[in-house]
Amino acid sequence: MDMQVRSVRVALVGNPNSGKTALFNALTGAHQKVANYAGVTVERKEGFIRNAGRTLSVLDLPGTYSLRARSPDEEVTRDAILGRLAGETPPDVIAAVADATNLRLVLRLILELKAVGRPMVLALNMYDIAQRTGLRIDLDRLEAELGVPIVTTVATRKRGIEELVAAVEAAAASAAPAVAGSWTPPDAEALRGKAAEAERIMKACVRPPERPDTLTGRVDSFLLHPVGGLVILSAVMFVMFQAVFAWATPAADGIEGLLTALGAMVAGAIPDGIWQSLIVDGLISGVGSVLVFLPQILILFLFIILLEDFGYMARAAFLLDRIMGVAGLHGRAFIPLLSSVACAIPGVMATRVIDNRRDRLTTILVAPLMTCSARIPVYTLIIAAFIPNQTVWGFANLQGLVMFGLYVAGVVSALSVAFVIRKLFWRSAVEPFMMEMPAYKMPDLKSVLFNLWLRARIFLERAGRIILPLMIVVWALSTFPYPPEGATAPAIEYSFAGMIGRALEPLFAPIGFNWQMVVALVPGMAAREVAVAALGTVYAVADAESATGVLATTLAAHWSLATGLAFLAWYIFAPQCVATLGVVRRETNSAKWMWVMIAYMFGLAYLAAFATYRVAVALGGG
Amino acid sequence: MSDTLKLSEARKGARGVIVRVGCHHREDEHTAELERRLLELGFVEGARVELLHEGLFGRNPIALKVDDMRVALRRHEAASITVRVEVAA
Repeated sequence: MDMQVRSVRVALVGNPNSGKTALFNALTGAHQKVANYAGVTVERKEGFIRNAGRTLSVLDLPGTYSLRARSPDEEVTRDAILGRLAGETPPDVIAAVADATNLRLVLRLILELKAVGRPMVLALNMYDIAQRTGLRIDLDRLEAELGVPIVTTVATRKRGIEELVAAVEAAAASAAPAVAGSWTPPDAEALRGKAAEAERIMKACVRPPERPDTLTGRVDSFLLHPVGGLVILSAVMFVMFQAVFAWATPAADGIEGLLTALGAMVAGAIPDGIWQSLIVDGLISGVGSVLVFLPQILILFLFIILLEDFGYMARAAFLLDRIMGVAGLHGRAFIPLLSSVACAIPGVMATRVIDNRRDRLTTILVAPLMTCSARIPVYTLIIAAFIPNQTVWGFANLQGLVMFGLYVAGVVSALSVAFVIRKLFWRSAVEPFMMEMPAYKMPDLKSVLFNLWLRARIFLERAGRIILPLMIVVWALSTFPYPPEGATAPAIEYSFAGMIGRALEPLFAPIGFNWQMVVALVPGMAAREVAVAALGTVYAVADAESATGVLATTLAAHWSLATGLAFLAWYIFAPQCVATLGVVRRETNSAKWMWVMIAYMFGLAYLAAFATYRVAVALGGG
Repeated sequence: MSDTLKLSEARKGARGVIVRVGCHHREDEHTAELERRLLELGFVEGARVELLHEGLFGRNPIALKVDDMRVALRRHEAASITVRVEVAA
């Protein structure tokens, strides 16, 4: 009927680490659309192939070992295949993707998929590695045993791609009227039966490698060494941090410089007034606040992608499982928390690797406590204003020491809050830690760059969509209403932000904040570092971001030491970042968790600032 | 010299064959789910296992070779797997 005009839909299914995404990239190239599935926060990756005038749509489903789903990602895979997903047409063809060197588990999955009753093809990926190690697969026999056409592929070299497309087309064309799928979750005995069948097929069709890969075992004896492994992991993390901070700074400065120049250009071209203010202070600085994080995020993701593709991430989770476990976190929470040191936005997004919902929520809730890079300008300013630049203990710089202490405070508070959440709210059985540790592989440069580009695009699209409107709101709050004629104080004092600041002042007096600080906190909700510029505005220091020295001197003159320290303590905890809150709302798919986060972080910030202020005053710092 | 042992009690270097997965005397949903997940990850009766690495703290978690793939597991989960030991550590 409408088969002529309708495009063929194929879904890629396979175990994690089967090279499924590499195959997806090889099939569709840049013709990809990344969105979310309706109602859930699982990433939906669809791509398109044009083949002889017809369009094939390819869906990259999250990797799984079984249709019995146990994480939101795996539920999507199951429901997409069974055609139960709201708003999704079930695929015409299932393309099972298998790592040719690691077939046992995927054979069991294929036997399970066959019960669904949709046309299927099998892509034996990484076939070059199988051949290199002398692994022999009797393809004809395997095809006959499984009853599924087989194509051998090498996704990274784009080998077998045309053949795979042809096989999918053929499967779609020859498809008998789809037999209604009859899949029910298998019990343990059914799983044993399928596993035994898979083992029989393995024995019949696959001859073990003549030159098995011994590299993985040898590398693991270093990387998984109980002590040496942790030392290497620390070194890797150290290099990663250095790179994020050292390499990203020039690029971020460049972007900032460009946008400042653009702002000045626009300001010159448009007459003073509301439009100039909206474009320069609202739009351009809004775009800028997103863009300045791009270099850091790119470098961070470059490391994450490289380590992931190499196969190291599973090892890092192994090494850190116990340490994270003390705080009630899963070994896999390590990546999101580490990412949050650059920026909580990719950190929260990275929690998708955690299967269990509660583990994932705990990680999301504590991720923003890690010291993100947006806190650095604030910390730098306050430290410069209140901490003497002197050497202590003969070697350490006191300012550097305070900065280090603030980072430690972030880590300790994140782990402590996770611990409390575990103990107080979710005293359920501990989620099991079990995962495959893939064989090491040299990352493929092209695919690394491609994934990096994809990540950058997703960040800009998503963060931009959330951050920009919020920046405009904050701009409006700090701009309207205009100061009356002949006003002498800075304009912000007359704005809504000023009114809010004054209204909230009594609330903040006990923690040593004056009204100027409270006013600065209002635009500071847009992003932490905006508070620096806002403090510059209220204290009428022009161009505060580049002239932090002047602003620091001004602050030192206006604030007591106790107030300065209380402000630092506030910034360790306060969720002064609407973008993060927006991402949390999206990722948890509920406003509830966003409000929980806002409440507990502001609560901790207030308590910490209060304690810091009172202790400092008692010690004579008032 | 064939001896059965819970996989959670094995030490680095131990090798053997899985003889039982799951705690059949316990019938709660959590235990049943753990058994299914272990089966899906290749821990089936008859599979060859070798304990490759142990973590620093409490020798936990453990890295295993299961047939020809590598899997990480906590000893807590490994307790529901019984192995016939061929080479003790």
